Amino acid sequence: MSVPHSTVIVVGSEQGSPAACDEAGPRRDEERGSTAMTVLADGADTVTPEVPVGPDDRPRVVIQGTDDRGDTIFNRLAISSGSIVLAIMGLVGVFLTYRAVEALGVAKFAFLTTQAWEPASGEFGIAAVMFGTVLIGLTAVSFAIPLAVATALYISEYAPRRLQRTFIQLVDLMAAVPSVVYGLWGALWLEDHVTGLSRWIATYFGWFPLFAVDGADPADPLSSVTVYTASTFIAGMVVGMMITPVISSIMREAFMQAPAGEREGAFALGATTWGMIRAVVLPYGRGGIIGGTMLGLGRALGETIAVYMIISPVFTIQYHVLQTGGISVSALIALRYGESQGLALSALFAAGLALFTMTLIVNFLASMVVARSRSGAGAEA
Amino acid sequence: MSTATNASKATKTSKASKASRTAQAAATTAAVDAPLTTVPAVDAPVAGPDTRRKVRPATFHETDVLALAGAAACSAGLTWLLFEQFAPFSGFLGWVFVGWVLFVAAYALLVSMDQEGQAVKDRVVAVVIHSIAFLLLLGLVFVIGYVLFRGIEAVRHLNFFTQDMSITQPKDPLDRGGVLHGIIGTLWMISIALVITVPLGLLTAVFLNEVRGPFPRFVRTIVEAMTALPSVIAGLFIFSTYILAFGFPKSGFAAAMALSIMMLPIVIRAADVVIRLVPGNLREASLALGAGRWRTVLFVVLPTARSGLATAIILGTARGIGETSPVLLTAGSTALVNLNPLSGPMVSLPLLAFQMFQFPFETMRARSFGAAATLLALVLGLFITARSIGGRSAGDLTARQRRHRQEQSAADVERYLARARGDWTDVPAAGAGVGALVDMLRSGARVPARPPSVSARGSRRGWGGLPGGRASADADPGAAKAHEAKEPVDGPKEQTP
Repeated sequence: MSVPHSTVIVVGSEQGSPAACDEAGPRRDEERGSTAMTVLADGADTVTPEVPVGPDDRPRVVIQGTDDRGDTIFNRLAISSGSIVLAIMGLVGVFLTYRAVEALGVAKFAFLTTQAWEPASGEFGIAAVMFGTVLIGLTAVSFAIPLAVATALYISEYAPRRLQRTFIQLVDLMAAVPSVVYGLWGALWLEDHVTGLSRWIATYFGWFPLFAVDGADPADPLSSVTVYTASTFIAGMVVGMMITPVISSIMREAFMQAPAGEREGAFALGATTWGMIRAVVLPYGRGGIIGGTMLGLGRALGETIAVYMIISPVFTIQYHVLQTGGISVSALIALRYGESQGLALSALFAAGLALFTMTLIVNFLASMVVARSRSGAGAEA
Repeated sequence: MSTATNASKATKTSKASKASRTAQAAATTAAVDAPLTTVPAVDAPVAGPDTRRKVRPATFHETDVLALAGAAACSAGLTWLLFEQFAPFSGFLGWVFVGWVLFVAAYALLVSMDQEGQAVKDRVVAVVIHSIAFLLLLGLVFVIGYVLFRGIEAVRHLNFFTQDMSITQPKDPLDRGGVLHGIIGTLWMISIALVITVPLGLLTAVFLNEVRGPFPRFVRTIVEAMTALPSVIAGLFIFSTYILAFGFPKSGFAAAMALSIMMLPIVIRAADVVIRLVPGNLREASLALGAGRWRTVLFVVLPTARSGLATAIILGTARGIGETSPVLLTAGSTALVNLNPLSGPMVSLPLLAFQMFQFPFETMRARSFGAAATLLALVLGLFITARSIGGRSAGDLTARQRRHRQEQSAADVERYLARARGDWTDVPAAGAGVGALVDMLRSGARVPARPPSVSARGSRRGWGGLPGGRASADADPGAAKAHEAKEPVDGPKEQTP
């Protein structure tokens, strides 16, 4: 301890010639208190570097960083790249709005309440499309939540330590699988195999409006299953598979942050593993659960190709999730952009703007929740 | 922290030797006997206060295995009865679902025969969580396996990779036509997108971490919100600007720009997280040694985060390569190989898979699966590459990097010693400061910058054999002083990996 401190003091009192230092030394050290006393006590052993001889009271030459110009360039480069990214992101919103103005001017507030999509006759609005988007998103999230929570808990609490990394990577891999692959699987395999489940739910829970299916005959078990194909339910299932890894990895991160001391405390008080999870892990991970789910919802709202491949588009508010037909904004854009001109195209941009705004709000709230649950995590760096 | 570990170790040994003493007395002796500096064992994990130990209630009995087996048998039998004998159920998924519910119920019943309420709940939840995680894994393997399997039909004809669809009718057999135009298009688009994304993305990530103030915070917020920008919106943006406003035709370049807009937030965010994990003391050390900001970034921050950055870029690539909707809006549609990304329509593999899927012919379905399987193989390859080279956190070195660093430190010590001995003619005569440094080196035989695990290994490799060694430190009072002085400096260093 003593040597570094003494060095500091010697340097600090090195204001004039060595003689001045010697004279001023004791008094200054008195003022500095106990650390200075140590220096005095073992002053004989302390090595004092020789003070360079030079004119009195001249400020020492501080070597200016030779990198100054490089640093300036670096700073400008960094700031300009940040600005470019910001500008690109801003332009996305600006251009969407600019293109959408024409259609919004024609439709006015009816844009929010009209269900049909016939821009040629001026009859268009996002009521049905937006409803379909949210319905698919909610279906997807309700499939994804149990899967994601269980997977996250499994990886963070139950999986053997050796396999933890492998499982994390598998979940990441699931997020990297292209949506067209999920779409092909959903449209050509899942649809054939899930209609039985759809029919079963419609038969026994059809009294609940959400699960009712028009044109289905519960009394006839051998009736055609075509009324159950290409439904919101199937699209939601596939999108749910796609967003599960996103939700799960955020939840896992939150669960793993639960402090070891409290876990062991819970065990020491006699909790079972599940008791510990409920008392420690889940409360700590609450921000991650909510934020992750919302982030997943944001992803589900914007999913295009898988939904387009599975669903058969209808332009009315269709809340029978098990029944054929549904729509989402992104599927509408992919479906109609090719044949649209003028006002019709502008209407598509207006729909895109609505989707953009909605996902942005959902994501914004989500990352706020997640960031708050992570507070302090980055303090070390 | 490391001192505490060592002290407890010492307590154990002295307990063994002086068994008659009380534990307290032994502890006191240990405190006295303990050396002034402690060297943790080679490659000892740094035990932070929050390192999780393997703590689990030891309540696993043999009966649990029996209960699991019994529940499995029970549910299999009941499900078979339900599906084959009683009810008009059908379908593989239904079978799995009903079987699973019955299994959980039977297991709960069996466990509740010899366990209390809390334990039953614990077992049932454990089984549910295990099986759902397993189910998800199974689903992933199944989706990948299904598409690869259905793809084989088209992929096993080699012409699938060497021809385009220019002279092939949709109904032609699979030994004619292929997706060469899609493969070339995908490679072009992703290359252009990477050329745009990587410099801009990395620089922005550096900007977010190295520049202080409200502006980077604002940019970070926007980027985070943009991470889940619907990809169709990215396509729509390029469609409205590059194609409609500027009047360029649809092309591979337009698609690449749309992909860049989609990938940019993903790469920035991933790289930001990696760079944020670079320890602050590395940066400060670099700055203290006189490096400027950009040198610090270029030679300290980025190399430290190298593997994480590579992973971020490759995962961004994997996401971009599989994206369909931006390409759908901006690239146009063609059946020909187009080598020029700046003019003429160009297709990518996911777009081809999507377009071919829409034909109601079996041959086109097979080609669609073939394109998807090719794409999937590409993504899997990228993913495996990313994981094999990366996935390490900042400062987590490979064995080779550790060896390299150790050799470098040894060389540095040699250099200091040579300088102190005056071997170098251009070095001024050894003053008091240099003398103290030599003494420090001799007495401790350790350089502060070296982490403990390496130094322990290093002494075996011979550079601990410095002239003098420990003995000279004992003989020379000045050197002993310097050694003592070194300790507080050295202590905190030992904790940094």
